Amino acid sequence: MSEKLNSKIPAGPLSEKWTKRKSEIHLVSPNNKRKLDIIVVGTGLGGASAAAALGELGYNVKIFCISDSPRRAHSIAAQGGINAAKNYQNDNDSVYRLFYDTIKGGDYRSREANVYRLAEVSAAIIDQCVAQGIPFAREYGGYLANRSFGGVQVSRTFYARGQTGQQLLLGAYASLNKEIAAGTVKAYPRHEMLDLVLVNGQAKGIITRNLVTGELERFGAHAVIIATGGYGNTYFLSTNAMNSNGSAALQCYKKGAFFANPCFAQIHPTCIPVHGDQQCKLTLMSESLRNDGRIWVPKKLEDVEKLRKHAIKPSQIPEEDRDYYLERRYPAFGNLVPRDVASRAAKERCDAGFGVNETGKAVFLDFADAIKRLGKQRVAERYGNLFEMYEKITASSPWEEPMMIYPAIHYTMGGIWVDYDLQTTVPGLFAIGEANFSDHGGNRLGASALMQGLADGYFIVPVTIGDYLSNKFAEPRPDINAPEFIQAERAVRERIDRLFAVGGTETVDSIHKQLGHIMWEYVGMARDEKGLKKAIEEIKALKEKFYTSVKVPGSQFEFNQELEKALRLEDFFEIGELMARDALNREESCGGHFRVESQIEEGEAKRDDKNFMYVAAWEYKGEGKEPELHKEPLKYEFIEVKTRNYKD
Amino acid sequence: MNFNIKVWRQKNAKSKGHFETYPIAGIEEDASFLEMLDILNEQLIREGKDPISFDHDCREGICGACSLYIDGRAHGPDDHVTTCQLFMRHFKDGATITVEPWRSAAFPVIKDLVVERRAFDKILQAGGFISVRTGSAQDANNILIPHDKAEESMDAAACVGCGACVATCKNGSAMLFVAARVSSLALLPQGRPEAARRAKAMVAKMDELGFGNCTNTRACELECPKGITVAHIARLNREFLKAKFSD
Repeated sequence: MSEKLNSKIPAGPLSEKWTKRKSEIHLVSPNNKRKLDIIVVGTGLGGASAAAALGELGYNVKIFCISDSPRRAHSIAAQGGINAAKNYQNDNDSVYRLFYDTIKGGDYRSREANVYRLAEVSAAIIDQCVAQGIPFAREYGGYLANRSFGGVQVSRTFYARGQTGQQLLLGAYASLNKEIAAGTVKAYPRHEMLDLVLVNGQAKGIITRNLVTGELERFGAHAVIIATGGYGNTYFLSTNAMNSNGSAALQCYKKGAFFANPCFAQIHPTCIPVHGDQQCKLTLMSESLRNDGRIWVPKKLEDVEKLRKHAIKPSQIPEEDRDYYLERRYPAFGNLVPRDVASRAAKERCDAGFGVNETGKAVFLDFADAIKRLGKQRVAERYGNLFEMYEKITASSPWEEPMMIYPAIHYTMGGIWVDYDLQTTVPGLFAIGEANFSDHGGNRLGASALMQGLADGYFIVPVTIGDYLSNKFAEPRPDINAPEFIQAERAVRERIDRLFAVGGTETVDSIHKQLGHIMWEYVGMARDEKGLKKAIEEIKALKEKFYTSVKVPGSQFEFNQELEKALRLEDFFEIGELMARDALNREESCGGHFRVESQIEEGEAKRDDKNFMYVAAWEYKGEGKEPELHKEPLKYEFIEVKTRNYKD
Repeated sequence: MNFNIKVWRQKNAKSKGHFETYPIAGIEEDASFLEMLDILNEQLIREGKDPISFDHDCREGICGACSLYIDGRAHGPDDHVTTCQLFMRHFKDGATITVEPWRSAAFPVIKDLVVERRAFDKILQAGGFISVRTGSAQDANNILIPHDKAEESMDAAACVGCGACVATCKNGSAMLFVAARVSSLALLPQGRPEAARRAKAMVAKMDELGFGNCTNTRACELECPKGITVAHIARLNREFLKAKFSD
């Protein structure tokens, strides 16, 4: 292991590590908690739950978000559900199985200890959420209902129609509101973090831009928690919300926090296909649909031709001429294989010419069998709102004809490197939820993002941060007039001035679209050495073009959405380059990362455990310099590492 | 498709606003309303003009950020959608489309079509929660909730906090928004201990923040993107009266 990385995994049996760590952690007494300030950036599931839990404990919390209300964070859009090892279905589920499925689903590139802890606290999350009044789906007896998600053979997913993320976020937001009312938390909506401030090498504050007035502001604290989600919007087109960005994470990287496994991005198999070049956002159709929907393309190319010309309807193609390719290739898991596997299989069929729409980039997700088997009412109860959403967007009814779907960028498993305490390589800086890298390895299983955000926020970081803060209460609050703060603010000001000084003619979005094309082409579903090297060069060239041709209208001292986008795009260039660099280094196929050079027959991924069973953590070395790679070897002491097999 | 977009322009909270009309051409009928505005903004920037500011984020009808009053209707001419789920196929080719921000005393304009909705957060901070401390919950299946009650609670919990109900109400009342939260929690056993306190505190805060009274015109339920009905307002009224009588 690189000497700069200490994962601080507690010794001892897997199931006792978290208990052991908790018993070692120094406590902060209630009267001392009052003297400690914590900044939380981001108000999604991770940020809102962490701020609420820390407020309950008695710390002084300041929470920041870019939207007009904490409730808008993109966790709200998660549809299908949240996993928990409750075994309410009596289907032999357990903490161990949830742990095992997550490690295997992640293609053996996540940490055993972190993942086990995640599974361990999962049950308490459901208890907490029910107590908050979240209206989870119920059976007629009044007990909680469950469904299945990809990559598992039990039913452990709790859900609230197709709006589970919304309900969980509204629960966390309600707890946050409770603490705001109690005075322990102060919220700063429409504030964007633009830099991290270090004093003596420790995280002591942030610089923000007030998005309404344009003023730069300095905020100090004894610790900073980053909960700003992932960087999927590097690709321009993704299922992320329009304002989701990787900037806070990138600022931390530039201030010394290592960035881990940036190339691990998840491509979700069930999204509504791209309809034209005026589009700016892709819409996800929940993975829960794969519980009952069957994925297929025609067996015959002549049927494909007819479909593209609208000469026949999909329902007119007879059963024997349909290729249910997931059921054919992966009989044991069928339509519920993990996302990376399902996405690659869709791409394989479309590349072979079987794509069912005009662009050749779509496959069918068909509910005809489910409607026959379950009846319309039960299908409507499970997926009614998703069917409606699909029909609103495409003007085609899933009740009549199958949905058309295609893979799209959805989630990023990579993120800021953290140790077992969720602390980054910068003391006092913590990262939680999608913003960190730790739990999902090369591929995240469905319904696990919500689980991780709330596990980190409610149950892990409020405990582990105490260890760092236990000797800080005697320290005075950081002085925001100290030279470190003044200097950081000046640097942000110069960065903004530079953007206005360009005075070019191209819009931010038009350049972002070009970055998206480079990323999807070379750092998308299939990557090779030549393409990745080309991507790095093209991103550099595009970035230079940005600094000579971008047009940022208006002024910085007003509400200015173009300036917000320009600042985020600057950071997407660097993230995109880092992703390509990491993908180039990882000469294996693993999870969502598929290197064309590394495959076995039928296009199945070939992992290389001998050479790549490590976390790649990148250290920033300065503008224009190559980052330095540090390796954290992954040791699997408690499970046997196998080739992933969803066939039998 | 081609359109004339007549849109409210206002530099900031202090300045006076006015309408401006911009022509736009070559829009696909499958483009969403907000994609059309994106394209218009690209055009304005290239012409050296200030682009139109508007709130938006998820673009799939769930975050509640988008908030446009289009041709006299909150979220435009389609039923039960947010603006981001409105598609250009619902407009006639060549039409002039009028776009305004939410108009409500409690939602001041920040810029152009962007308004300040912090009043909603304040109402929820007054009592829109269950006071449960993290870690103190019992096993989830110890609380049994009949299927239909959970579904009804979920109907109300679907509120996205966009403010269409306020924008569309002639009195500028936030009753549907308040009722959705009160009703969702009042239907569940977990929400009962604080039900009376919650109803009184949220209604008092709503009044304090300058929202108008409800006169049962039911305009709000017609425009609610999530189809939340005034039956929840009836439940709020019952909860509120029960609380007042027991004072």
